[in-house]
Amino acid sequence: MTQFDFMGKRKAAYIISILLTVIALGALAVKGLSLGLDFTGGTQVEVSYAKAPSLDEVRDELGEAGFGNYSVQTFGADTDVLVRLQQTFDEGIGDQVVTALRAEGEQVDLVRAEYVGAQVGDQLRDQSGLGMLIALGVVALYVAFRFQYKFALGALISLGHDVVILLGFFALFGFDFDLTVLAAVLAVIGYSLNDTIIVYDRIRENIRRSQSNDLVRIFNDAVNQTLSRTLSTSGTTLLVLLALFFLGGDMIHNFSLALIVGVVLGTFSSIYVAAAVLLLVKLEREDLIPAKRENAAEDELP
Amino acid sequence: MLNRYPLWKYLLILLVFIVGVLYALPNLYPKDPAIQISAANSGASVGDSEMARVDQILEQAGIAVTSSESANGTGLVRLKNDSQQSAARDVVSKALGQGYTVALNLADSTPQWLQSIGAKPMNLGLDLRGGVHFLLEVDMDAAIDQRLDVNASAMREALRGEGIRYRNNTTGDNTIRFTFANAEDRSQARTLLSRQYNEFTFSNSDDGGPTLVMTLTEQAVNDIQDYAINQNLTTLRNRVNELGVSEPIVQRQGPNRIVVELPGVQDTAEAKRIVGATANLEFRLEASDSTSPDQQQAFEFRNDAGRKAALERDVIITGDRVSSASTSFDDSGRPQVNINLDGPGGSSMNRATRANIGRNMAVLYIEHKTRTRTVTRDGEQVEERIPYTERGIISLATIQSALGNQFRITGLDSPTEARELSLLLRSGSLAAPIYFAQERTIGPSLGQQNIDRGVMSVIVGLILVLAFMIVRYKGFGLIANIALAVNLTLLIAAMSILGATLTLPGIAGIVLTLGMAVDANVLVFERIREEMRSRSIQQAIHTGYERAFTAILDANITTLLVAIILFSIGTGPVKGFAVTLSLGILTSVFTGVMVSRALTNLVVGGKSLKKLWI
Repeated sequence: MTQFDFMGKRKAAYIISILLTVIALGALAVKGLSLGLDFTGGTQVEVSYAKAPSLDEVRDELGEAGFGNYSVQTFGADTDVLVRLQQTFDEGIGDQVVTALRAEGEQVDLVRAEYVGAQVGDQLRDQSGLGMLIALGVVALYVAFRFQYKFALGALISLGHDVVILLGFFALFGFDFDLTVLAAVLAVIGYSLNDTIIVYDRIRENIRRSQSNDLVRIFNDAVNQTLSRTLSTSGTTLLVLLALFFLGGDMIHNFSLALIVGVVLGTFSSIYVAAAVLLLVKLEREDLIPAKRENAAEDELP
Repeated sequence: MLNRYPLWKYLLILLVFIVGVLYALPNLYPKDPAIQISAANSGASVGDSEMARVDQILEQAGIAVTSSESANGTGLVRLKNDSQQSAARDVVSKALGQGYTVALNLADSTPQWLQSIGAKPMNLGLDLRGGVHFLLEVDMDAAIDQRLDVNASAMREALRGEGIRYRNNTTGDNTIRFTFANAEDRSQARTLLSRQYNEFTFSNSDDGGPTLVMTLTEQAVNDIQDYAINQNLTTLRNRVNELGVSEPIVQRQGPNRIVVELPGVQDTAEAKRIVGATANLEFRLEASDSTSPDQQQAFEFRNDAGRKAALERDVIITGDRVSSASTSFDDSGRPQVNINLDGPGGSSMNRATRANIGRNMAVLYIEHKTRTRTVTRDGEQVEERIPYTERGIISLATIQSALGNQFRITGLDSPTEARELSLLLRSGSLAAPIYFAQERTIGPSLGQQNIDRGVMSVIVGLILVLAFMIVRYKGFGLIANIALAVNLTLLIAAMSILGATLTLPGIAGIVLTLGMAVDANVLVFERIREEMRSRSIQQAIHTGYERAFTAILDANITTLLVAIILFSIGTGPVKGFAVTLSLGILTSVFTGVMVSRALTNLVVGGKSLKKLWI
């Protein structure tokens, strides 16, 4: 079996990780996330056609007129259409939309144009933030209980690393951050945690079994042993995501993009951040030895 | 013997799978456009006679009906044609009048035998299927009047506290007026009040006696309106969440409107009643002999028309001070609402009751309603709304001892009413009355093209995963794929049972869960390969499953923890995502460990093999 010297290259990995984190934090601080319609609200325009239009054509006309980030829905009857735009509401916007929609000579009348608030209230935002913090705390406790507190530290740092860089990526390139992307970020957290725990599980097993104190070697073995699993799982997940990204259309474009970046980051961080942090915090064999009896009990599980 | 399962384990897995298939099945039946009719008052119900009338109305209007039925006090009419839904709602609503709520709905067509075991399809979200769109208008004038009343009540108390006598007190038109016996009292009152109430401008007037005129400043009016709409927004979000509607939209539109959009197949009639409900409670003391006549107000009993009681004008607390509420039944089986007050509410209640032991306290049930009537103005038909408030005493009982922040209320008509009242108390009251300005069906926010592409990409992704597993793990890949199919079935079944709403990101989330669910099998198979180097085949399989188990367990428990916390704290889309994620974890651990193991045992267990097709 080929052995890669993952830990030997950890200095280079540290530099990459720190660089990416700094760039990400910088992008978040300077540019900030470009929040989508769900978070910012915008303008809602209700129009009425003489003849039922094709919604895809309506979308095309809006796109050609230079409106960004819009949604188009039928509203009650087939001839009534509701357009939501991210643009801030002003007096003339209704007429601009109607002019754009008359491009092909359709008969369109403006029913009303109004400001709409954000779909996501402050309450949701605050609660979700609080929820994340509590979730991270509980995960840290669980990992500390099942492994050891140094592992908990490693898992948290690796998780923070992935989330910050992912958010920074969205800020840097100005991709729209909407509710679907938020869902993707949550999924990335689950995924990255999953990956990290798998590597940790193997590290724990190897430390308990071997007599050696050479942690770098033990870590290398563990990462190598789980490598084909990591690649298989990341591979299958990426296959799905690439299909979503290339074939899925606008709606899940940013969603799948966030996940692709997140899965790549999660795989990288489970090796370099999660495992390497254990070396930085000076994990020792003794940290896991008192738990030896517990290990014996585990082997009897089905 | 190695790698053999007892028969009961196989049977258990089979049973779980069959149940999963049954509950996933309703998703294959399409939904019918329908209108739903229910009584506006939660006590009344819609029966066969009303439905016969509805059928007749629709026939006269030339609207084709597939079937109509009534159950549990509400009626449902299925229509042949999507486009006639709004028209049907309008004619029925007009013909039945004020006593009934008529709402658009999408009725599921799950066959009877599946319905009888409680199977129902998943709802499609606003992005995929559209839903109902309610536009609610907030009555800003009423918001200001309510605030004036509260302020006036506090001012009266302040004046009494200082021993300043006033003759008359009126509110209205952004203004509170107090009339005094002489100018000296007025100037005293002005000094006292102007210190505390800086959102008013003070002036004197001598129309009909020395009068103190306090008018809200423009800034204060704006603040009250802003507060009213934001408070209403929060309350509506809470209510919609309490209804268990997943993935709704509640957002502000324009200066004084709120949009509520609910995905298709919910109980829209109930939703409409709850969303628009303005029920609240007031606790007041019964007037005693020493209460001056202008401090009294007489109210009728709600269940006993004709019986009246005079109550004090001052309110001890309102339902806004309720921190939690639940329903139960008292000893004689009557519905009751158990109430917990927040801190300030509890101390007000305690103060008021401690000083008045032996007197009667009344619970007033208040509902703000609007009467709609069509009038002709300038040759055009205009809908005119007249707001009115219904107040009725639901209980009048003697205060036996000082009350704290926990007590219960009886005197409600039905368990439904008790349940709705407690829901309304929990979700907070509306800061201002609202009424329905518009109700429409709304199409999917995603274009058909987008939906088709999304669904197609999901299928392609799934096929890629299946192919990958076969290529990489051959025979065992097949086992993993069967386990994956079982997983998908169970996940859909579980989501249907819980009434989750499926959105496009949700579908993508499911596929992602499947991608990750493969992980459990990958872990096992890699471990088997590894163990095969040093052990016999049967032993390698056995240890492979066993050793991989702790990794699978730890990894999934940590993720499940995150999901559970997101579920308990998050709202709306975060909550929806957490549901999919946690169900996905549970089903994938079950299929990844139990099902795949059972299949492996069934195929290769106990046989002497030289080579493993892995």
